[in-house]
Amino acid sequence: MAQSYFKQYPSKDGFYKEYGGAFLPPVIEEEMKKITEAYYAISKSHNFISELRSIRKHYQGRPTPVYYCNRLSDKYGGRIYLKREDLNHSGAHKLNHCMGEALLAKYMGKKKLIAETGAGQHGVALATAAAYFGLECEIHMGEVDIAKEHPNVVRMDILGAKVVPVSKGLKTLKEAVDSAFEAYVKDPENSIYCIGSVVGPHPFPMMVRDFQKVVGVESKEQFYEMTGEMPDSVVACVGGGSNAMGIFGGFIENESIDLYGVEPGGLSMKTGDHAATMMQGKPGTIHGFKCYLLQDENGEPSPVYSVASGLDYPGVGPEHSMLKDMGRVNYDMVTDKETIDAFFELSRLEGIIPALESSHAVAYALKLAKKNPQTSILVNLSGRGDKDIDFVVEKYGKDYGIG
Amino acid sequence: MEKLQTLFKQKKDLLSVYFTAGFPNIDSTLPVLKALEEGGADFVEIGMPYSDPLADGPVIQNSSTVALKNGMSLKVLFEQLKELKKSVKIPMILMGYFNPVLKFGVEAFIEECKEVGISGLIIPDLPYETYIEEYEKLFTENGISNIFLITPQTPDDRIKKLNKASTSFIYMVSSAAVTGARNGGLSPKQVDYFERVNSMELKTPCMVGFGISNHQNYKEVCNYAHGAIVGSAFIKHLENIGDDHNEIVGFIKKLKNGQ
Repeated sequence: MAQSYFKQYPSKDGFYKEYGGAFLPPVIEEEMKKITEAYYAISKSHNFISELRSIRKHYQGRPTPVYYCNRLSDKYGGRIYLKREDLNHSGAHKLNHCMGEALLAKYMGKKKLIAETGAGQHGVALATAAAYFGLECEIHMGEVDIAKEHPNVVRMDILGAKVVPVSKGLKTLKEAVDSAFEAYVKDPENSIYCIGSVVGPHPFPMMVRDFQKVVGVESKEQFYEMTGEMPDSVVACVGGGSNAMGIFGGFIENESIDLYGVEPGGLSMKTGDHAATMMQGKPGTIHGFKCYLLQDENGEPSPVYSVASGLDYPGVGPEHSMLKDMGRVNYDMVTDKETIDAFFELSRLEGIIPALESSHAVAYALKLAKKNPQTSILVNLSGRGDKDIDFVVEKYGKDYGIG
Repeated sequence: MEKLQTLFKQKKDLLSVYFTAGFPNIDSTLPVLKALEEGGADFVEIGMPYSDPLADGPVIQNSSTVALKNGMSLKVLFEQLKELKKSVKIPMILMGYFNPVLKFGVEAFIEECKEVGISGLIIPDLPYETYIEEYEKLFTENGISNIFLITPQTPDDRIKKLNKASTSFIYMVSSAAVTGARNGGLSPKQVDYFERVNSMELKTPCMVGFGISNHQNYKEVCNYAHGAIVGSAFIKHLENIGDDHNEIVGFIKKLKNGQ
């Protein structure tokens, strides 16, 4: 792949080959164009860049470390490294793009940030950013997720955000996106939609990727400093795909490094039991962009499920869709069971409780390590698992000697 | 396309009515259409239900949810339209989101439209650029008109482009929001917007939609456009009264004539 990858994609209309774009009703179309123009004009300015750099260092605590998992590697083979995004302020990689989006909102003179959230990580991160910049914040969240991710709901409340429960459909991430869009369309002049991943209409997949790229850039340098070489593989979980695009960004131009995107295989391959979009989806449009999509024969998005609320989305980032077709990234999946195993393994061998989303990546890394003991693997540990502990203990605790 | 063009040439103050296919019942499509025609609707927009609309208000969204539950799909809709092709004279337009069409296959979809006598399509989330690059030829060769939407935020140069690519009418969204009936008259901001568009002297006639709920609204916007589109207000009526023929005829007559 040529060095110009990031200049080449997306195209000026926001396409990654056939994916992406802005499939939008005109009421939103014009607003997206304004955000795109503002992003190009503002985000490359010296002031914007230096303010964001300062925020990353002094507020977020970046760079986050890369950590070598001694005991985990001993047990499973290979050399497993974690990029510790769980140590990023607010506990996940999400704050990387939220601070960027909120800073852009401030430059654009917006008063209010609106977004959806699945597991609540993006919601907490955006509420954090809103508090930092003194902006209003409204987070739409499915009722099922609200019940499951209670600690994050409380955090959003404490941070001063308004959490709007969504009771439509399956009451999870897809419906939350619908609801947030609806709220945004009512007042696009004063508010800005801050999407939570590398999904949605142009310019969001590009903006979020650019803001997340810091993860890849940092880890490339850190990994080299620690080992004197590049990792053989880089592994990240993929729901919408923001943490994966972030870490892949540092390595994508180096063709000798294998990249793995891990999807939620859930309970089984039956419709409604998983959210393995790349495995089972077909190209389609959802929420204003084209991507691989889990859908029925009438083009209706399929119901999806994952043990990790942040991954159960029937679509996936357009750039990931392109990278699948190009064969540059290998997309695969792990089951709920493998995920929970990995959650406990990392907790008990390394003292790190990972988010259930990130546990998918850990689970896959363990498989790679078992297959090839000589290999070095860099995993994006995109978030910490505090939010998941009640749910995990209640549902799976017995199997792991708790309660 | 021709049927619509003739209509716009011959008549002013047009009334178009939107309803969701398969609502309130799966087989409501024909009775609703016939009643709309008899009541005096000049043309109709048949909504293709979709579960992820980005521009529909709660009333239309709810009707789509019900229609999908009733088992409505493009396949079912085309079968219904084939049967009633001969009994409905007024032009019919299909309105809905892009993904079901994409999944159906755009070419196959257009062929079906032609076969059942559809005059035009409104696909709000099909971007102008994509339409021009990939589908314009297919649409026009089959006599299907693509209808673009404009809003108060649409810049003049964009409107000019859409005007040029239009073959029947432009859908003028009355305000930048989701669909839904509103009370009260036009705001000065809306009047400014209508006048701005009128001053551009477009070759394409405009219909005003979003927020038209009664005779007074309808007459008011006819001062600024070729006609008006009623959606949510009619769906609400269906929600309350059901698809009773006489009730619908009465509703449309009242909308059009004020009594």
